[in-house]
Amino acid sequence: MATITFEEPDGTLRKVDLAGGQSIMEGAVRASVAGIDADCGGACSCATCMVYVADEWCDRLPPKDAAETQMLEFCPHVQENSRLTCQIPVTDALDGLRVKVPPSQH
Amino acid sequence: MPVANSLVVVGAGQAAAQLVASLSQDGYAGEVTLIGDEPHLPYQRPPLSKKVLTGELTPDRLSVKPAAFYDKIGTRLRLDARVERIDRATKEVTLSDGSRIGFTTLVLATGSRARTLPLQGTGRTATFVLRSIADVAALRAQFAPGKALVVIGGGYIGLELAAVAVKQELEVTVLEQAPRVMARGVGPVVSRFYERLHHEEGVRLCMGSVVHGVEDGCVVCAGSEHRADLVLIGAGAVPNAELARESGLATENGIVVDAECRTSDPVIYAIGDCATQHHPLVGRRLRLESVHNALEQARIASASICGKPAPAAQVPWFWSDQYDVKLQMAGLSDGYDQAVVRGDPDRGRSFAVFYLRDGVLIAVDAVNRLPEFMMSKQLIAGRARIDPARLGDESIAVKDLKG
Ligand SMILES: Cc1cc2nc3c(=O)[nH]c(=O)nc-3n(C[C@H](O)[C@H](O)[C@H](O)COP(=O)(O)OP(=O)(O)OC[C@H]3O[C@@H](n4cnc5c(N)ncnc54)[C@H](O)[C@@H]3O)c2cc1C
Ligand code: FES
Repeated sequence: MATITFEEPDGTLRKVDLAGGQSIMEGAVRASVAGIDADCGGACSCATCMVYVADEWCDRLPPKDAAETQMLEFCPHVQENSRLTCQIPVTDALDGLRVKVPPSQH
Repeated sequence: MPVANSLVVVGAGQAAAQLVASLSQDGYAGEVTLIGDEPHLPYQRPPLSKKVLTGELTPDRLSVKPAAFYDKIGTRLRLDARVERIDRATKEVTLSDGSRIGFTTLVLATGSRARTLPLQGTGRTATFVLRSIADVAALRAQFAPGKALVVIGGGYIGLELAAVAVKQELEVTVLEQAPRVMARGVGPVVSRFYERLHHEEGVRLCMGSVVHGVEDGCVVCAGSEHRADLVLIGAGAVPNAELARESGLATENGIVVDAECRTSDPVIYAIGDCATQHHPLVGRRLRLESVHNALEQARIASASICGKPAPAAQVPWFWSDQYDVKLQMAGLSDGYDQAVVRGDPDRGRSFAVFYLRDGVLIAVDAVNRLPEFMMSKQLIAGRARIDPARLGDESIAVKDLKG
């Protein structure tokens, strides 16, 4: 289990407790975090589950695989610290993670 | 006294879930009731033929949104309830238990259902379709190594199922009437690739097979018989448009809607698999069966209902996962006059086919080619003219194709 803070597109801070055994995307959708569209439901096909990761966390997340890297390269609003939340499983190690949801996923 | 707004959605699938979420975002002022005949919250179907079938994902993880979400946005859920009739004069729907619900706006999100075939004498051979959580549960219960599975229809659902089944050591035969697989969705080069792929993985593919019937333990075609312990009918889907037609709305292989997803009655909308709409990219009416289309039409209808400007049109897209191969398609290849292949479809498992019309990129089929897919979405949206020689030239990086 991990407590993750999402900054929603309108600036609202949402602290959410996410159980393991799911991706950050699934947890965020279940908690109705705004702005995580996740159109493909986690198939790494849509890049609409993107977030910006707080600087101090970038190196602490599991590395991107080739598919995530390639999807991100062509994702609108992408930045250096962008990740696809459907590709990151929730683990205890993510406790305290802070991410920001982009203004739009399209 | 002003009449309060009340909106009823018929069908609780992916389009419906997106609609109520969008209505809440767009500030719809009124009561919203969502009526669905399955006993589940709106859920995602794509994993049914993929990770649910393999057992990697359990059906409870398919919900588009949790129950609490509908509570939070004030949507009333009536699940396990079927709408039998629309009365347009009194603006009411009638449910199977006889109860009636009034509406000021009605949205039909009834989806589509698996096409069945008039097969005679199915006898002891179990025959399935794959559309719902109930279907996949029934099918999975029959999966066991060594059993003979015959898939009737080589579309993407049948082939996804074949891929999972052969990995679970069933003996799998796919019977396709057309000369190539997935003929409705992809170009011939991509069909050939998928035929090779399934062949390499041990699936038996029989093209040009017209099925006559299912008898005890076998599927009978003109000139051949195929042993079968179980049969999956993967013969496409038909729109659930009867409700609309019976109430006098215009239908034609789906419920006819305008650019804002309004039916021939201005207070009734239709979205998702059940709707057929003129598409600006191809210049004719068509009915798409995809998650992207369901989500996009839901957003368009919500904007129209709430009097907001229509969201910018997106390029249609679709995906299919078979074995370790991810197919991603963007655009509509209708009427292409040139197909350009990037990579080698005859070797390995990674290439893309670009479709052009009058020099403009209109569609892509990308096989394990995420960059080509993502880039093409942007290029198709921009109706980009690209030198075909560059598209096919692998020495030019995908991100430089734009220039
Ligand atoms: C096995 C499978 C795999 C798929 N894979 C992909 C994929 O990889 N990528 C992709 O983009 N798309 C895929 N699709 C297609 C995608 O799931 C559909 O396009 C999408 O579900 C359409 O959403 P919808 O809301 O229009 O319809 P549906 O999801 O079909 O929902 C309609 C709902 O309305 C209910 N209903 C109908 N009539 C009534 C009534 N009178 N009263 C009450 N309820 C009613 C139905 O029972 C159903 O629950 C797949 C579909 C299937 C079946
Ligand atoms: S949900 Fe589609 S890529 Fe993450």
